[in-house]
Amino acid sequence: MIYETLIEGGKHWSLTVHAGMRLRLVDRGGGANVGMLFYNPQNTLERYNAPDTLKCQHTFKLTRGHCLYSDMGRIFCSIVADSVGWHDTVCGNTNRAQIIARWGAKNYQTYRNDWTQNGHDAFLVEGGKYGLGRRDLAANVNWFSKVTAAEDGSMQFDPGNSRADASVELRFEMDTLILMHTCPHPMNPAAEYPRCPVLVQVDKTEAAGRDDFCRNARPENGRGFANTEFYRACGCSTEQA
Amino acid sequence: MNAVRRRSELLAAEARYRRVIPAGEYWIEVIKDGEVLRIVDVEGNQSADTLFFNAADPAERYSAVDTIREQRNVYLGVGSKLLSTDCKVMAEIVADTVGRHDTLGGACAAESNTVRYALEKRTMHSCRDSYLLAVAEQGRFGLGKRDLTHNINFFMNVPVTPAGGLDFADGLSGPGQYVEMRAAMDIVVLISNCPQLNNPCNAYNPTPLEVLIWIADVR
Repeated sequence: MIYETLIEGGKHWSLTVHAGMRLRLVDRGGGANVGMLFYNPQNTLERYNAPDTLKCQHTFKLTRGHCLYSDMGRIFCSIVADSVGWHDTVCGNTNRAQIIARWGAKNYQTYRNDWTQNGHDAFLVEGGKYGLGRRDLAANVNWFSKVTAAEDGSMQFDPGNSRADASVELRFEMDTLILMHTCPHPMNPAAEYPRCPVLVQVDKTEAAGRDDFCRNARPENGRGFANTEFYRACGCSTEQA
Repeated sequence: MNAVRRRSELLAAEARYRRVIPAGEYWIEVIKDGEVLRIVDVEGNQSADTLFFNAADPAERYSAVDTIREQRNVYLGVGSKLLSTDCKVMAEIVADTVGRHDTLGGACAAESNTVRYALEKRTMHSCRDSYLLAVAEQGRFGLGKRDLTHNINFFMNVPVTPAGGLDFADGLSGPGQYVEMRAAMDIVVLISNCPQLNNPCNAYNPTPLEVLIWIADVR
């Protein structure tokens, strides 16, 4: 294990990983949410594109076998393991006004580390460290959260989607800047502001082989891997030494 | 809000602006607070890939995720409030003869075409190319690639299944169908009339759109 850290609920962090590394998230107590955005650290104009990710794989949810696409037809990472089965990428974040409306105003002055941070501000803060701002935010992943759509399109949040020790594992196919927060899912109806800690584990892993599950999950993914492997072959993304 | 169809009482002869957008071209204009924009699917099953920006602060722009989450429905139709990244209402759909529009599928791009269809499709025209030309040519709006966020696909039908699938179904639209929205702030509207030749949704036949604008109702 290269690195392991616990991110408390309602906090944010960012890190850059190389191609050939894996990131594992563990929902320690159940009911967690991890908002996440992805950028190419060499050119942050290349970023996670949720619509491309969904339409390329004809899916509304994310789970094992799915790849997370950039707007340049490349794959930031593949979901190589998932004990949850459904992760959301269409609901965005909480913002300050929503947090106050749902859970009351808990400012830093009074509440210190127990203030109620929101996902939108969390991304602005982490993104700002890399020169990213309001124009650079996009539809994020909400790991561990499930929102279904009924026949008529109406959306429903599932509060029981993720249980204690549930985990999801990402294998990075290119160098990636990751912004993340552990603020609540914006459709979470909990009576109290949910504070759900998430364990983050970073390690090396094997590159995707010819028979890789994610590569072969759909013909589109084979082409996504071809685009990404060509990019790496050109020296634009490097294996971790 | 789904499958509700409401015709407009506005008369084309009274529009302050009227323009045909050929397939494969972009259109960008400012719509003032209170003005009404109609987009017409002239020949049917075309996709109007549409983005909105706050004219006074383009970093505030249409947000697909905030829009669908706050209305608790993944489809757009009459009554849908099109929200910004700050969750402010930018426009509201006030008339619609189609009943359902997509905002999950995003715009086509040369690069996503390589993934969706074939690597050799990389040189074919796409909505993202039209958007990029628009922001490069129309520098007065101060937009760039980072502003090309997730759009609305008016006239596109992309059903979500309860099990979590995503389909690209035949359009509900047809010749002469239209959708109308009233601006709730001064907005920049950027439309790519989709040039896609690989998707059966438009029968591999991209066709013109027409846009009309009426001034704010002062009655």
